[in-house]
This record gives sequence, structure tokens and C-alpha cells, in this order.
Amino acid sequence: MLSLHHVSKRYHTRQGMRAVLDDVSFSLERGRNLGILGRNGAGKSTLIRLISGAERPTAGYVHRGMSVSWPLAFGGAFQAHLTGLDNLKFVCRVYGVDYRPLVPFVEDFTELGAYFREPVLHYSNGMMTRLAFALSMAIEFDCFLIDEAMVVGDVRFHERCHVELFQKRKDRAFILVTHDAAVIRMYCENAAVLHQGHLLPFPTVDAAYDFYLQSIAAQPQAQEA
Amino acid sequence: MHAAASLSQCLQVQRRVLHALLMRQIITRFGRENLGVLWLVAEPMLFTLGVTTLWSATGMNHGSSLPIVAFAVTGYSSVLLWRNAVSRAGAAVESNKSLLYHRNVQVIDVIASTIVIEIGGATCSFMALSALFIFIGWMPVPADLLLVAAGWIMLAWFGSALALLIGASASFSPLVERLWHPLAYLVFPLSGAAFMVDWLPARYQSIVLLLPMVDGVELLRQGYFGGLVHTHYDVGYMALVSLALSLGGLYMAREAGRRLEM
Repeated sequence: MLSLHHVSKRYHTRQGMRAVLDDVSFSLERGRNLGILGRNGAGKSTLIRLISGAERPTAGYVHRGMSVSWPLAFGGAFQAHLTGLDNLKFVCRVYGVDYRPLVPFVEDFTELGAYFREPVLHYSNGMMTRLAFALSMAIEFDCFLIDEAMVVGDVRFHERCHVELFQKRKDRAFILVTHDAAVIRMYCENAAVLHQGHLLPFPTVDAAYDFYLQSIAAQPQAQEA
Repeated sequence: MHAAASLSQCLQVQRRVLHALLMRQIITRFGRENLGVLWLVAEPMLFTLGVTTLWSATGMNHGSSLPIVAFAVTGYSSVLLWRNAVSRAGAAVESNKSLLYHRNVQVIDVIASTIVIEIGGATCSFMALSALFIFIGWMPVPADLLLVAAGWIMLAWFGSALALLIGASASFSPLVERLWHPLAYLVFPLSGAAFMVDWLPARYQSIVLLLPMVDGVELLRQGYFGGLVHTHYDVGYMALVSLALSLGGLYMAREAGRRLEM
């Protein structure tokens, strides 16, 4: 089980401390999933980074009773001067997995061709996104953390991500954060809304969806984080 | 990762992470093309040859009978030992920030792997260069190998501790790195690389020995030249400074990890 206990996160800004998350608690059982809706700047990516352990909460704690992925978002988690293959090797070494059997899958999925052996800094955004996704699929986790940024790329890429994540790995837990209510409706069995630093649970995805749409209509767009 | 991982599990993760980071650093530090790792030896060799040529041509023998090549090699190699690790560590966290998305990759791992590469590189370069110059007869064989090793280890400890402190502090403020570079240039002529403490007037000797690297180079040269030189150093003082820097560095690395924002 994965659980957050009274997690808060405050950042230093030029205007003093700014609370991004305030007393967030929830838990997720193995094999279950949760969609978290929030507008731009609501703290979705911060929450994902705290769950993954990339950053520490200011207060409270995160208990990871199952293996949790790094945030599946495009860009992050690579070193730009390394090639795609070097990044695969790096990730495999960090997680204690042999990289060799994974090369065909990553090459096939990313469709990078010769670029697989070129430094990542020469990649287009689309190529980086495909590599990021393939690397996170290369390591098996009990729970995947999916940032909405994953949802960049073309239709074909979406299709393949869908197959890898929601069909081949449908026994796994995942947490998906997005501002796109339709995505949550499509994939998630439970939903919560991140609103003004609080995580509000809802009994059904539809209830979360309705609340979220109303909150967007009621308030002007929040500032980008 | 379970909350209560055993010590052996932690060590295993630590080993994996360090190995991954070392492999990653080797690629970007030395590249896959051109001379690559050879630059480790080539760069100090060029410097040593330059200094030797300059000193021989101008007839500057520093009023002593010291073998000039050995003097330049011991001097410049010890500078590499404290300067490179610190300079690289200063940029280590920033240039590896994306790798910190992986939970087990911590600030201290990134800095530690940088230190291992730089100290290892400087050590290989010193050994290869000495072996080469001894082989072709430009340098004498060290008088006391154990004392040379002691001097080298002390310098490596001092360099590593300073690198950890500067590297971790640099993630709090870019000012740290900005200040380090001019400071390194200022300290270079005072570091003992190009002089022996004994050549200085007595009242300056105790002042210059406050710089721990001076004590280290003196110790190293005592080992290398033996009775040929009269050296001044305080190993206890150097150890104390290095210990303080190590503790400060460990503290800052922990704080940097806690306060890191992606």
C-alpha cells in the first residue's frame, strides 16, 4: 500500500513561504488507481514528485509499501549529454536490472532509429517523450506515477502508451494527475480534486468531475506554478 | 522500496547508484571520442613540460639543487587533487539535477561520484606521469614511498571534503560557485605548488602553512625528495581542517537533499 500522511509542501519564494500542498492524506492499495484533477499551478506535479520521493515534504510523510515509479513525465529523469542507450543503462543500473534484454523493446517502442545512440540533447520533444515513456516501462513497478505531460505526442504514441500501461500493465496501481477531466474519466476508478492546496476526495469519478468543472467556472485561472 | 530497508539492502542500493553515476560521469567527463581518458595524463604532462622548459630556459633553478621535473610534477599534481574535484563538484548537482528524479539518487551520491572520478583521475595521472618521467630518467625515484602516499591521501581527503562542502553549498546559491573560481586562482600561487615553505622568510612560513594544501604538498615532497629538502608541515592541523570540512560537507549535503526543488 502507498499512503500519504498529512503531507504539506511549502516553497521559498520572493514573497516569502508559499504553501503548495496543505495536509494531504490518502492511500492507494496495490492494483488500484486514482486520478487527481487540478488546474495549472494547483500543485499536481509537486504532489507527484513528493509521492515519488524525488522531493521531500515540508511536513508529514509518505509511506511506500510497494515499488513506486519516478514521475512519468516527458523531459525529466534523463541526462541530456548521454545517448538514449546510455540513459537506459543508467536507469537499469540504478534500479538493479540488466539492460541488455530491454534494448529491443526500447528501440522498438521509441522508434528512434540511429538516434537511440545519439545524445538526448539532439532529440525533438516527441522523441524525448517516447524515450521517457519507454524507460519507465522498462523497469517494472507496482505503482506508476503519471503526469499529464505524458499526454503530449501524436495519436499513434497515445495508442501505444495506452496499450503498454493500461492493457499490458492493468494489474498495476497508478496515480494519474491531469487538468483534463476527460482523461480521468477514461482511465480512473477513483478521482480526487486538488483544490487550493487540499486534496478533496469524491465518492465517484463523476462527482469529482462535476466539482472540478464548477470550480473552473467559478474562479479565474490560477497562476502558473 | 519499503520503509524499513535493512542495512545490507541500503548498501546494495548505494552501490548500484554509485556505479550508475560513475559510468555516467566517465562518459561525459572523458567522452567517447578523441583522446578521452588520455587527457587525464596529457593535460598535466603538457603543463609540466611547459614549466620545465620555462624554468630551464630562464635559468631559474630556485637557488636549489631540486630536480625541476619532479618539483613541477609533485606541485601541479597536488593542485589537480584539490582544485579539479572542487570545481567539478560545484557544478555537479546542477548538471545532474534531472537524475535526482530517481528517488535513490541523492545529492550526496552525485557529488561523491564526481569526487571519486576527479580524485581517481588525478591519482592515475600522477602515477602515470611519475612512472613515465622516472622511466626516461627525468625524475628520481621517490625517497620514501609511504610518505608520498601519506601526503597524497591527506591532499585527497582535504580535496574531497572541500569538494563535498562546495558542491552541496552550490545547490543553495550559485554565488558559491562564482566565488570559488576566483578564489581558486588566488590560492593557486599560495598553494605550495611552485615554492617550498623553507624558501620563505620565517614569519611568512607559519601564515602560509595555514592553507592545508601547503602542508599536504610539503609532506608529499618530504616523501619524494627525502633528505634533499627541508620541509615544514603539520599533519594534525591538516587532518583537523579536513575533518571539519567533511562534517560541514555532510551536513550541507543532507540539507541540500532535503531542500531540493526540481
